[in-house]
Amino acid sequence: MKVDLRINGINRSAEVEPRKTLLDVLRENFLLNGTHAGCEHGVCGACTVLVDGEPVRSCLMFAVQADGYEITTIEGLAPAPGELSVIQDAFCETHGLQCGYCTPGMILAAHALLQNTLTPTREDIAEAISGNICRCTGYGQIIEAVQFAADRLRVANTPRPAALAEKPIVEAK
Amino acid sequence: MSADPAAFRFVSTNRRVREDRRFVAGQGHFVADVALEGLLHVAILPSQHPAARIVSIDVSAALAMPGVHYVLTGDELAAATDPLMNGLDTPNVRRHPLAVGQTRYAGEWVVAVVAESRALAEDATEKVRVIYEPLPFVMTAAEALKPDSPPVHPAHGSNVLLDRTFVWGEVEKHFAASPRKLSFRVTWGRSSTVPIETFGVAASWDPWRDMLDVWASIQMPKYPDQIARALRIPANNVRVHQDVDVGGSYGVKRGIKQTVLVAHLARRLGRPVRLIEDRLENMRGGDAHGPERIFDVDVAFNDDGIVRSMKIRALDNAGAYAGRAPFQLGKPIGAIVGPYQIESVQYRAQSVTSNKAVQEAVRGFGQAPTNYAIETAIDKVAAATGLARIEVRRRNFIRKDQFPYLIPSGSTYDSGDYHTVVDKVFAHIDFASMEKERDRLRASGLLAGIGIAACLEPSGANSSFEPLLNEKNTTTTWMDSCRIVVDALGFVTVTIHNTSSGQGHETLVSTVVGEVLQIDPDLIRVIRPDSLACLPSNSPVGSRMAIMLGGAAFHAAQKLKTKLTRIGAHQFGVADDKAAYANGSVASNDKQLAWIDLVTIAHRQYHMLPEGMEPGLESTHVMQVPTGGTLPKDGRVQMYPCHSFEFHVVLMAIDPALGKPEIRRYVIGHDCGTVINPHIVKGMTLGGLAHGLGAALLEEFVYDDEGHLMTQSFMDYLLPSAHEVPEVEIVHHCTPSPFTVFGQKGSGESGYLGAPAAISAAVNDCVSPLGISFNKLPIRISASAMPSPTRNKANRKSKPNDHRLPRPSGAAEPAGIDPLAGRAIPVDPPDRGRRQPRILLRRRQADPAGVETAERSARPPEMDGRTENRASGGRRLARYVRLRSAGGGGRGLVAPDQYPSGADRDARTALRAARHRAAAGRRARRRSAARGACRGL
Ligand code: FES
Ligand code: FES
Repeated sequence: MKVDLRINGINRSAEVEPRKTLLDVLRENFLLNGTHAGCEHGVCGACTVLVDGEPVRSCLMFAVQADGYEITTIEGLAPAPGELSVIQDAFCETHGLQCGYCTPGMILAAHALLQNTLTPTREDIAEAISGNICRCTGYGQIIEAVQFAADRLRVANTPRPAALAEKPIVEAK
Repeated sequence: MSADPAAFRFVSTNRRVREDRRFVAGQGHFVADVALEGLLHVAILPSQHPAARIVSIDVSAALAMPGVHYVLTGDELAAATDPLMNGLDTPNVRRHPLAVGQTRYAGEWVVAVVAESRALAEDATEKVRVIYEPLPFVMTAAEALKPDSPPVHPAHGSNVLLDRTFVWGEVEKHFAASPRKLSFRVTWGRSSTVPIETFGVAASWDPWRDMLDVWASIQMPKYPDQIARALRIPANNVRVHQDVDVGGSYGVKRGIKQTVLVAHLARRLGRPVRLIEDRLENMRGGDAHGPERIFDVDVAFNDDGIVRSMKIRALDNAGAYAGRAPFQLGKPIGAIVGPYQIESVQYRAQSVTSNKAVQEAVRGFGQAPTNYAIETAIDKVAAATGLARIEVRRRNFIRKDQFPYLIPSGSTYDSGDYHTVVDKVFAHIDFASMEKERDRLRASGLLAGIGIAACLEPSGANSSFEPLLNEKNTTTTWMDSCRIVVDALGFVTVTIHNTSSGQGHETLVSTVVGEVLQIDPDLIRVIRPDSLACLPSNSPVGSRMAIMLGGAAFHAAQKLKTKLTRIGAHQFGVADDKAAYANGSVASNDKQLAWIDLVTIAHRQYHMLPEGMEPGLESTHVMQVPTGGTLPKDGRVQMYPCHSFEFHVVLMAIDPALGKPEIRRYVIGHDCGTVINPHIVKGMTLGGLAHGLGAALLEEFVYDDEGHLMTQSFMDYLLPSAHEVPEVEIVHHCTPSPFTVFGQKGSGESGYLGAPAAISAAVNDCVSPLGISFNKLPIRISASAMPSPTRNKANRKSKPNDHRLPRPSGAAEPAGIDPLAGRAIPVDPPDRGRRQPRILLRRRQADPAGVETAERSARPPEMDGRTENRASGGRRLARYVRLRSAGGGGRGLVAPDQYPSGADRDARTALRAARHRAAAGRRARRRSAARGACRGL
């Protein structure tokens, strides 16, 4: 069965069995190996991709069902070869990973969260990544990475102190 | 090299971990990513019987299916290969990758199908017809010990793999002389490390070059040798590609049976063959399970809480085969007294076979369960003497001035300052205020408690436990190596000789070589040659790489530095010791030669080299384990060289109505000597701690009375999620080891070794007002039972343990010597009934009511002595889910866990309910399948 997918902004099509999951099609047909299989029963989140911006477990979705949706995989986050997105870079800064197997799913889950808010609390972050199991890190440095990325994105979107320089900074009494 | 952190340029600094870059971009190179031309795929048909004779196997229907290339049975494989290696001298406990003649646990691999795709191979396994004749089976260690229990390996004669009693020091005398004694039993449930990536291996055979190429998700010492032996081929015909990233292992990825199976198929078929275990194959029959151990402990002490002697009996359920599992009783001998000055110890190590999956190496190699037993002993001594738990620890701790400290079992602890670490932690948390907080929580109606645990992490793995437990084994080295090559343009490349599974070894060696050569570590390339180009390595096990790979890299870099210095001195015409290396150049007085000049001389100008010096710039170091090298004597041996220390404090609250433990605060003091990369050590500690939390509260491989694994998916075997793992505060201390190059010690097991003991202690402090305690991990708290202690039992007096006979264990029992003892609450009985802890039911669990219904409806069929199985037991969870999700569609496919938080609440609830129903259905289906009830599916 022919399936037309839009993956990371590019239209791609493949001839696939209807029973084939989106996960298997991404990996086998399109060689997008960043999406990982952990449990293949919808618990671990290693297979997370974004479907229209929302995190979805690609092991629980048939490729044919993804027809017409905008799919983002981890390969779609890096702005250019060798360049990292702010969130990816934040994971490197805090060492929010060890073996790297859960990492693409984690980063996509974090990406979806930070699309919605740049001021997440620790609980918000824990909630957003709680569907993604990491066996290596104990989550501490992952949560730090997301906090750090949020901080940087917030700063990037607010005027720099230099831009505010005309206004004298009044110290609180 | 000084161990003073201030003297380091790169070591101990907060540099990024170089491996991270590729992983955050999804550019890791895992075994499932290895692309091979003409690759064929394997799926496995497992046994659904805990023990059964294989009467016949009919593969014809499977072979006839389109896309199927081969169907392999145990008989064929056993004829072509040798049995897998045993650690112990138990030649009649034979293990083959596929069952031969008999299956020994439910889930054991019986037939392998090879097809064009994994899906086709899975389809074909369903057409294989196996006729079984069920045999009697034995599941628990206590049963297996009985002389009349059905032997798992009849040729071996009994189920006992190992039964050794060590007596170190004057145990009986010390017991007789001690005014106080107590005895107790604790049980460590069968849990494991369960990496998110299952095990996978791909192999290809080149008949023209006689070469077997292997790519695997592996963490196994002497892996190529074991493959060669089993396949009866020269070891230099085996080439293991070490540049495969491993998606987590923490000990378990041993992969020998999988590799032998796949390698045989590749050789047989002349095509590359790959097996990537699915989660079911992994959980039931892969290298998935860890220790399952009963400890009976007797402690001799006095009124001041000073512990003089201990008797420990550890009875371990190894599962169906021997493997390396029994050695996990051996390693803890190297820290059998924990951080305490205990004069004498009797240790009885017993390992038995049972009809459960095989136990493999798990983080700590038996140390975490042992620490749990030792720390429980200390808490019980405190309760008996009325002293504070911390006071008893302080009184028994080895003091800083006593190092190096020889423990009764023959190991010398290198260094430590336990009192200071404890003081630092207590100052950090203000312990008095934590106690007040606990009392405040108690006053508010919650059960609240504080748990503390102190323990050691023996590190720098040696394998001294091998000769200690198996006299035929004479191994006294467990070396690791490093090679540094400087090319003709002056660029530095360093090799490491094993795979890594998240430990950051590339960062480790580049930091160390950069430190010694005083060059930017980021400019150093780190590669992993294939095994034929490798120097000896024993793989990253036993918290060894900072010490062993770091040590080898250090010494290789020192050799290189010496060579460069000699080249410089020769040009200056001065003695070698009159020239000095600094920042890449060599100088003497006012003369200096830059890096590139030195490199050019070495690579091109032989005439300028000192006489007898080899041209080129390369150095190699093969490192022996510090303090290692001698065989055991009189049951004593130096185990590992270094001993890190950790001290945990947990504040916990349990809502009695919910029975849900909630960690309010978690502080860990950690001393692993000089830290090479702080990010990595922190990650190991936090990750290990989360893992320990799982072992204490969530994770267990549970078998039912019919010998089937009930927790075989992530819906039943619960891994901690971000909700369960608390925020952790780490208090650092550094006591450098005198035995290592920078003073470093191991940290790969930190957190995991003490967290189970600390969390258990916290829960027990929570429930102590009820006069009960839990003595089995993972702790199951029955929510309904919590508030009303009802069932009364007669006071159980503390009696010395009978170290010969097992006795039944319970999930909770009246605290042995507690004055309030005598009241118990009903709790989930061990190894029966509903497995799901009601605790931490956050998001990944099915509706408990639904599960119970499902379980009830899945009755096994009547057995008439023979059953025919056309369905593969517990068939294909993954594919089943795929079919189930066909009913979803559109939005419903968004996993409820990840449904956007802004979304309509009702939709979210509905979705969750749908998922729960699906999960319950899946369970019912799986269980009935596992019991052979869904033939023909
Ligand atoms: S692989 Fe999809 S959730 Fe685990
Ligand atoms: S980094 Fe290994 S599972 Fe998350």
